[in-house]
Amino acid sequence: MADTTLLPTHPLEAHRAAFAALSAEFAAAGTDLAIELEPLTSAVDLRVDPAAVDAAVVDPAALRDVVGGPLPAVPNTWTALPDGRAIWLGPDEWLLTGGRPAEAWEEALRAVVAEQGAAVDVSAQRTGVRLRGPGARALLAQGCALDLRPASFPPGSAAQTLLGQSGVLLTAEDDGFRLAVRTSFAGYVADWLLDATEELRLTKHGSTDQQRAEA
Amino acid sequence: MSRVEGYGWAVDRSRCLTVTVNGRTFPAHPGDTLASVLLAHDVVALGTSVTLGRPRGITGAWTEDPTGLVQIEEPFPEPMLLATTVEVTDGLVARGVNGRGRLAQVPDHARYDRRYTHTDVLVVGAGPAGLTAARDAARAGRSVVLVDDRPTPGGTLTGTERIDGRPAREVVDDVVAELAAHPDVTHLQRTTAFGHYDDGFVLALERRTDHLTHAPAGRSRQRVHRIRAGRIVIATGAIERPVAFEDDDRPGVMLASAARDLVHRHGVLAGREVVVATTNDSAYAAACDLADAGARVRVLDARSEVPRGRARRCAERGVPVTADTTVRGTRGSERITRVLVGDDRAELPCDLLLVSGGWSPAVHLFGHVGGALAYDAVRGAFVPGAPLPGVEVVGAASGAPDPDDPEETPPRVLWRTEGDPTRQFVDLARDATVDDIARAVGAGMTHLEHVKRYTTIGTAHDQGRTSGLLAAGITAELLGRPVADLGTTTFRPPYTPVAFAALAGRERGELYDPVRTTAIHSRHVAAGAEFEDVGQWRRPRYYPRPGEDMTAAVLRECAAVRGGVGILDASTLGTIDVQGPDAEVLLDHLYTNLMSTLRVGRVRYGVLCGHDGMVVDDGTVLRLAPDRFLVTTTTGNAAAVLDRMEQWVQTEWPHLRVRLTSVTDHWSVFAVVGPRSRAVIGRVFPGPDVSNDAFGFMTWQGTTLDGVPVRLARISFSGELAYEVNVASTYAPALWDRLLAAGEPEGITPYGTETMHVLRAEKGYPIIGQDTDGTVSPHDLGLGWAVSAKKTDFVGRRSFARAANHDPARKQLVSLLPTDATTKLPEGSQIIGFQDDGALPPPPVPMLGHVTSSYHSAELGRPFALALVRAGRERIGEVVHVPVGTALVPARIAATVLVDPEGARRDG
Amino acid sequence: MQLIPCPWCGPREETEFHPGGPAIPYPADPAELSDEAWARFVFVRPNPKGPSTEWWSHAAGCRRWFTVLRDTRTHRFLTEPAR
Repeated sequence: MADTTLLPTHPLEAHRAAFAALSAEFAAAGTDLAIELEPLTSAVDLRVDPAAVDAAVVDPAALRDVVGGPLPAVPNTWTALPDGRAIWLGPDEWLLTGGRPAEAWEEALRAVVAEQGAAVDVSAQRTGVRLRGPGARALLAQGCALDLRPASFPPGSAAQTLLGQSGVLLTAEDDGFRLAVRTSFAGYVADWLLDATEELRLTKHGSTDQQRAEA
Repeated sequence: MSRVEGYGWAVDRSRCLTVTVNGRTFPAHPGDTLASVLLAHDVVALGTSVTLGRPRGITGAWTEDPTGLVQIEEPFPEPMLLATTVEVTDGLVARGVNGRGRLAQVPDHARYDRRYTHTDVLVVGAGPAGLTAARDAARAGRSVVLVDDRPTPGGTLTGTERIDGRPAREVVDDVVAELAAHPDVTHLQRTTAFGHYDDGFVLALERRTDHLTHAPAGRSRQRVHRIRAGRIVIATGAIERPVAFEDDDRPGVMLASAARDLVHRHGVLAGREVVVATTNDSAYAAACDLADAGARVRVLDARSEVPRGRARRCAERGVPVTADTTVRGTRGSERITRVLVGDDRAELPCDLLLVSGGWSPAVHLFGHVGGALAYDAVRGAFVPGAPLPGVEVVGAASGAPDPDDPEETPPRVLWRTEGDPTRQFVDLARDATVDDIARAVGAGMTHLEHVKRYTTIGTAHDQGRTSGLLAAGITAELLGRPVADLGTTTFRPPYTPVAFAALAGRERGELYDPVRTTAIHSRHVAAGAEFEDVGQWRRPRYYPRPGEDMTAAVLRECAAVRGGVGILDASTLGTIDVQGPDAEVLLDHLYTNLMSTLRVGRVRYGVLCGHDGMVVDDGTVLRLAPDRFLVTTTTGNAAAVLDRMEQWVQTEWPHLRVRLTSVTDHWSVFAVVGPRSRAVIGRVFPGPDVSNDAFGFMTWQGTTLDGVPVRLARISFSGELAYEVNVASTYAPALWDRLLAAGEPEGITPYGTETMHVLRAEKGYPIIGQDTDGTVSPHDLGLGWAVSAKKTDFVGRRSFARAANHDPARKQLVSLLPTDATTKLPEGSQIIGFQDDGALPPPPVPMLGHVTSSYHSAELGRPFALALVRAGRERIGEVVHVPVGTALVPARIAATVLVDPEGARRDG
Repeated sequence: MQLIPCPWCGPREETEFHPGGPAIPYPADPAELSDEAWARFVFVRPNPKGPSTEWWSHAAGCRRWFTVLRDTRTHRFLTEPAR
């Protein structure tokens, strides 16, 4: 019988080195883009009817307490929680992330929403990738149809949409984006990102002069 | 050599390149096109036409050219490009197309990609009108994307024009510089807007490397821009069209504007002895410019009145102008030598005949989105009609007269001249003549779309840019109807040919379709698994040991499971959390069996049907709490089942307090299966009592391992004692390792989907989608026991009462045992019943059903199959026949459960 | 690439959506229906040339189903989709 502790594995562990090397290369070349794996966190899918909260059928204070803050009411936005975030997924659905143990969090949320909703531990359902820097938008523009310009998708925005051929949960940050992707698609999305950076690497590697000369 | 000194602003003559065409090597310069290089060396005939094999040369200036097709050989084979659009690079090898081109026989390693762009304003065309529109929008603070298909901005400006009194190229350079200084302006040359779609969406193809001799490695060769614009300005200009006359397809016949473009842009004189035949004013500029460049030129104007100013400019250059004169034919072999003029077909010597039959606004982008066109009878052109919201057409594309040419006089609308219609070519790319149109009309066709399909006019690479209106005009004449009545054929994208590789972008190879993998995929790879694709999932099919083929590996894996213990990664099953006080009501609505009676801690097999009562999916249902279930779906159906459940909840039963959440990717599921599974599970999980009494079949228990929550369930898809181990995917690799290590004494054997299929088939468990095809009811599968008689309604129930569902001759799932005990029946084989006298029935031979699954069984020591057979259960014991190759293999029908029919193994 | 107005997320590309067919409500009591009436519910769709009331789901987005009036000739969504 093994006496070691059962340890978690990041679903994109195999890509960690490639992203780190790429980010280092970008940093050295002055390219404004870095790609990192998001650390593993707890995540709970919360369903609660906002009308039930407004009518105090669900105790708003208790809910806010268990969530760790207010739920964003505006579609396609997110708000910060003490050690995570609350992301709007639907008119009665939010994704909560943070450091609390997921089972306990799920249980507490289930208790407070009771018959008016649901809470499900989805900590391993999605895998996170962080894109930092102004170059992130150009990277995403190769496979995401949304208008991600700051005027349309400012920090605090969230969207469930498609990147390449995979569904993604995209959140706009002060310095880039976070991608959360269904874990079984994470390898595909990571490969896609690496492929899509190919040309960003290139334009910072001295080829542009010759291009200009010939163009 | 036909290079003219002092001309050719687009060409850098200080640098030299070499290109090879039809085996001959030519010197060239950056800025040249293949067309300019060839014409500079008096190469006029390039290839031959597609059906008649007539010589073909260059007739246009750009993408409107119907004839100048080349096959690129180096740097990479590409068929049927226009010589006018191929920018030369050093070492380029091409040949004229004789009939058809050929595709590369080797993979294309170039990269292709796409980019999404959102903009306030998209301007298509960087001619004077487009540049002005882009500049005005930029000055107004709008974000602007400006695309233009040529290598350089300026549209069809030759460089001799003046705009607002200034040299046109200076104005162009100024505007381009101003646009470049705006941060919100994207200006792309070599970018063709080839399709205009709903809601301000335009696709544009950017050619990024073909013009570079040394393309940077890794740079995408072509990029498809997917542009979403608030407003679209179409400034695509106009295209000159010819007039049809006898032998108008002979090399050396060109559009007047093409020859003018060549002399200014590339410094190439396409002929020395030039006849210009025109119906309008525009060709006079070509006549004068070619005369200035050193050609001997004469003009034939089809109109009775020659415009005075233009005649004067011709006279200044010694260019004779004849009014009221048209071309009737040409002479020559591979190049024109004479032109036949007027009713007496007088012969004029020439080496270049320039034709202008007027101008057609390039309205394709307006037409793609259903913009209606109006016929301008004076100019003989279809122009944009009622405006479209968010779309603006400016410049020559709008049909407006040239603002910088106040002298312009009306053209004569002329489609063809007198002559033999069998030799008057309308679509030179398709070898289609006036006579072909006449035959179409003679066959009773009165609609232009029909004429197009009958004659193929307008269906080639150029999409009838120069021939479409000609065909309409000639058809109208033949029918005796106004052109306006006939209209145009429908404009459809793409405007110019687009390679599939460009449309595919990076969705090739491993990125062609997302590959979904489980949390322990790397373990499977390391174990040497052979994989199969199940939907988008990549699942281990079997784990061959050295020297094993699939059959051997699967027989070994099957024996290991039935004789010891095996482990399967079942994480691909769809998993849905169903929560809320009405969860049981919903599941009772959806499943054929009762789920509300399921007790917490228990598991039930469930069947989902459509309204028609046919099975659409199956799976297990775990009751986690009074208000909470966990249901599984088949691997391929997970998204569809959840979508469908949501549809019910959101559209039909919104009053139900129930929420559905996909947890497919959250949970990893390992099936530990076989008589020795209890020992392994007991060893790994010290918490639960795994004895049969404490942990019975179809129950589940929660436990923890090192503090990590784990759910164990006694579910079996093989008939063996089995445990499903569920853990959050992040812990799956560690737990998989733990299970394999713990199972070592029992010889725990990882097995794949193939073994899983054999084991379930031996027990008669159907795979939905393999043993069913949407016409199979639960009763047909022998799952009548899973259909509740107590519930008043559930999805599909009403259909079970239909007479067809009680037909005793329905196909039912049975097993088939080939009587030779050696033949593995191919899946999909038809099943034939012999007549009572033992003879094959006469054709058409009635089919009793088909083989749905077929395997070698380690347990039975023989092959077996599952099949859907008419009245199959009544036929148990009968021998039927299955055609395998040329033989008819006899097979005995048996009950579906072939292994352990008593179910003795289930509890270990 | 048409934009479809999701009542929650606004206009998104059509590839994010999943059509649910014409909005035909489930009969109150299927057992009461004749075989013919039931078969009509199961198999027959109105398929109008013109406005059609349909269910759509923002499948790749917020997963909400909504009802719309769509013109089958032009594919235009004629009304704001109902939440």
